[in-house]
Amino acid sequence: MSRPTLFALQALVAVVCIVLWQVLTTVPVFGKILLPPFFFSNPLDVFSQIVKWFSSGVIWKHLGITLVESILAFVIGSLGGVLVGFWFARQPLVAAVFDPYVKMVNALPRVVLAPIFALWLGLGIWSKVALGVTLVFFIVFFNVYQGVKEVSRTVLDNGRMLGMSERQLMQHVYWPSALSWMFSSLHTSVGFAVVGAVVGEYLGSAAGLGYLIQQAEGMFDVAGVFAGMFVLSAFVILIDYGVTLVERRLLVWRPTASDGRG
Amino acid sequence: MSTPTAVALEDAKVAFRLGDGRVYTAVEKAHLAVAQGEFVAIVGPTGCGKSTLLNVAAGLLKPAAGSVSIFDRPLAGLNREAGYLFQADALFPWKTALDNVAIGLEIKGTPRSEALPRAQQWLTSVGLGAFANRYPHMLSGGQRKRVALAQVLIRDPKILLMDEPFGPLDAQTRQVMGNLLLDLWSADRKAVLFVTHDLEEAIALADRVVIMSAGPSSRIIGDWRVSLPRPRDIFEVRLDKQFHELHREIWGVLKDEVMKGYAQSTQAAEAV
Repeated sequence: MSRPTLFALQALVAVVCIVLWQVLTTVPVFGKILLPPFFFSNPLDVFSQIVKWFSSGVIWKHLGITLVESILAFVIGSLGGVLVGFWFARQPLVAAVFDPYVKMVNALPRVVLAPIFALWLGLGIWSKVALGVTLVFFIVFFNVYQGVKEVSRTVLDNGRMLGMSERQLMQHVYWPSALSWMFSSLHTSVGFAVVGAVVGEYLGSAAGLGYLIQQAEGMFDVAGVFAGMFVLSAFVILIDYGVTLVERRLLVWRPTASDGRG
Repeated sequence: MSTPTAVALEDAKVAFRLGDGRVYTAVEKAHLAVAQGEFVAIVGPTGCGKSTLLNVAAGLLKPAAGSVSIFDRPLAGLNREAGYLFQADALFPWKTALDNVAIGLEIKGTPRSEALPRAQQWLTSVGLGAFANRYPHMLSGGQRKRVALAQVLIRDPKILLMDEPFGPLDAQTRQVMGNLLLDLWSADRKAVLFVTHDLEEAIALADRVVIMSAGPSSRIIGDWRVSLPRPRDIFEVRLDKQFHELHREIWGVLKDEVMKGYAQSTQAAEAV
């Protein structure tokens, strides 16, 4: 299928959904409005809400805060995940000792930690960052752990035979291998950083996209909730696109599925 | 002997402890000497422990008994005089061809600015001058072997250990690679220990062909000198009468071992 056709079909889906939404919330069918506006609002209201946020500029502050929280959560979580993942992979005894605890903490739904973080770190950005960190950390940790442990035996032997010291093996073999695994989970971990930030904001904060949605919900402002959701998805799509760009740059050496060999 | 011995295995025995506690003897009392500048090929049926023997010479494996000496010094740890060409892909997938070759020097502390042009020269001499910026996955199997060869040779090791290096390649590429290897080797005649299951390849390349018996507990059961004149061309040498006679003679011995090895591996498969 050609690109324009595909794009047209994709746009068609959006148009149909929005038109249906608009019609069902404003035009009675058999004397009854199927989607009561109180619960479903309508596309025009949602759109005008979004326009209002952007034209007045209030939204930027909230977007900025959510972005900062996400970035901090991602950076700190990744750093911790890489360090601990490396450490565990190189020290099997440590890994074995901590194994049940790692599993336990990872099994815990992270949302329940949000109140504790709010209690410990207050309602500012750090409680949200902490929540995001607990999500990002485990993804990165497991990937790096796997990456270091599954370095190809032959590549490792080759490094040794070429005369690499332990430190050089670390730098030229273990490290790139671990990083490649970490980058392969980049989309997931960045996504989770945003989730941590927004959920944290939703549960208690004074700013951010989650806060905006929570405020609108508190006032039964359904248009506000939907508007917040749309802005949030656009925000995530933009970030994801950025990650794709970074990934393309960093993982040039990796074969993609479409690559032929030969 | 006037020429020094590069690699000497004396009664080397290699054994592994299996998961169930039994001991599996891969190689029994192997006695093998490779003189400096000599090209020795080890041929044997699948599973005879020829790669194991090579790993012992590399220092990647410790013999259970017997000794290994490199230039008359007992080997402790990894063999620092040797370059090793692996059967499987051993290039660093995250480095370009150029960086893969340069790393051999960089490890030794050669500055990058000096290592890169030399790596480029080596890539050119293995015929990949135009592929310096490709990553391994963008290269064909044969091209990857060329890069691996350059990666090993740039360090100028005194001994070259090769574990069925051209095994995964198709027949034609293998012959081209064989000629390339002979070309590069003739420049400074390193000691080579070349493991293969392909007798023709062994005779075409080597000065000596060593035959191993079928495993387990395989031994060295034959040692032939190949006096075909050098420089050789792998395509031409196969048409030589002497080549055919030698091939028939060695194959007479090797055939029985191949059949034995085959029978054992099928039995083992049935037992499992």
